[in-house]
Amino acid sequence: MKSRSSAQRRNLTQQIGFIFLRLVAIIAVLPIIAIIVFIIYQGAPAISLEFIFGFPSDGMRSGGIWPAIVGTFFLTLICALVVSPLGIGAAIYLAEYAPDNRWTQSIRIAIINLAGIPSVVYGLFGLGLFVIFLNFGISILAGSLTLAIMTLPVIITTTEEALRAVPQSFRVVSRSVGATQWQTVRRIVLPQALPGILTGVILGLERAAGETAPILFTAAVFFLPRLPSSPMDPTMALPYHLYVISTQVPGMSPQIQYGTALVLLVFVLGMNLIATIIRSRARARRQW
Amino acid sequence: MRISRIKPESFITWLIKFTGYSAIIFVFLIFYFLLSEGIPVFGEVPFKDFFQVRWYPIEAYFGLLPLLVGSLIVTIGALIIAVPLGLLTAIYIAEVASPRTKEILKPLVELLGGFPSVVLGFLGLLILSQYLREILALPTGLSALTGSLILAGIALPAIVSISEDALDTVPRSYRDASLALGATEWQTIWWVTLPAAKSGVLTAIMLGIGRAIGETMVVLMVTGNAPMMPQGLATFVNPTRTMTATIAAEMGEVANGSTHYHVLFFIGIVLFVIALIVNVSASTFVFRRKKRSERILS
Repeated sequence: MKSRSSAQRRNLTQQIGFIFLRLVAIIAVLPIIAIIVFIIYQGAPAISLEFIFGFPSDGMRSGGIWPAIVGTFFLTLICALVVSPLGIGAAIYLAEYAPDNRWTQSIRIAIINLAGIPSVVYGLFGLGLFVIFLNFGISILAGSLTLAIMTLPVIITTTEEALRAVPQSFRVVSRSVGATQWQTVRRIVLPQALPGILTGVILGLERAAGETAPILFTAAVFFLPRLPSSPMDPTMALPYHLYVISTQVPGMSPQIQYGTALVLLVFVLGMNLIATIIRSRARARRQW
Repeated sequence: MRISRIKPESFITWLIKFTGYSAIIFVFLIFYFLLSEGIPVFGEVPFKDFFQVRWYPIEAYFGLLPLLVGSLIVTIGALIIAVPLGLLTAIYIAEVASPRTKEILKPLVELLGGFPSVVLGFLGLLILSQYLREILALPTGLSALTGSLILAGIALPAIVSISEDALDTVPRSYRDASLALGATEWQTIWWVTLPAAKSGVLTAIMLGIGRAIGETMVVLMVTGNAPMMPQGLATFVNPTRTMTATIAAEMGEVANGSTHYHVLFFIGIVLFVIALIVNVSASTFVFRRKKRSERILS
């Protein structure tokens, strides 16, 4: 043992140590609270109906951010339509069907790799495949598909977790009364896992909504005088707009910058909040 | 009746299997498109030119070294901050904090993980860089240090939540045995729990590295974007330029199919390979841990 001199000294070390740990945790967490409070404080005065529903004017130096909000909404929506069936299907395969062999192992390694690829590399890929090779051009569709592939690993992982949390006995009972595997999945496992899946999908989309690098060369444009009218149109987007007005436009008023940051934060953290609420309500109601 | 039921069942099984394999298909697709747009560079730029110390594409200087070094510097800087901070926070949350504190701290850290990086970059640009410039009396606040500080915030949530999970899965009996032998809780944390969670902590750090090295918007906005080779300790407070920021800043301005365009895809390949190495090694720690726990249980 280290020092046998006195138990008192060891207790003192422990107390000082715990205080130190508490301080470090506060140092880690305080900036998070500070950032949220600061952005709300600075951004709230900018928020008005005109700011949210108006178009940018005077080279973005005044007016609103409506096209960017609409753009981010559609990018996220189409991303969701594409990635949800794909990601949930893949998770069903991994949780319910996949044998424990080398192929399944390589799927898992592929998912880990997809999750680790830098977002700007997804942007390059989207440019190469969707914009140029498939000739979608710079468009909402190209951006959404790029975002969908980027979010896929998040959704697969969280959905698989939700499926695995459903007790095995549910499946055994269902199969023993003659249901096929798919019937068991569809009527027993999926409904039970639904809140977990929903949480996972929303958290994945939250990431898609806030990302800038993947849409940089696939979907986003500096300024559009009108709203996009089809998925083949390019679009403005909130994160890209924040990037543009904080680096590319000289003489921007900070109020509009903070206002845009606040709207983006509300958009993204609002999704986070919805996911958290779904999760906690489902936990409270769960019977197993 | 029976036959008509079997058919959709097998179709759906096939469909689910196909979606299951989609992840592998996408990894190959991504690699293929990076290669097909990046490989032509070898016919256009002599390979040794990539090892120059100058990145100045307009005059066809395609030295990748300053960009590689830039990425390494901001990542190392971020890790110096985020690893101790994240690990100690994880230890506090897992081992010391009361359940109520835990309920507050964990979601807060996860919240940071959900922050759009462009918001953090924006604050770094407007607030942090101004402070750093004044406090450290620098010519510009846009520096590797500014980048590292904010990247630390990006790597932190991954490090905290994965280390915390790893500490949480250490069996209760390990701690009990240590305490029963007369060790204090403090000693138990450092001599028993943390060593037992080592592989999970390593995974957390590797994933933190992956986050930091792949982050684009933050470094693009706050590091000043000057491709420079290191000059002693001043490197950390000088402007710098990473690989990710280079792609993001220049891809919009190059002509499709030009040499510069191919070089940027080549940088993408380099990033892809780095991410591959980091993530595969991170996951081998996990796989090894699984085997170890199986060994213990048997």
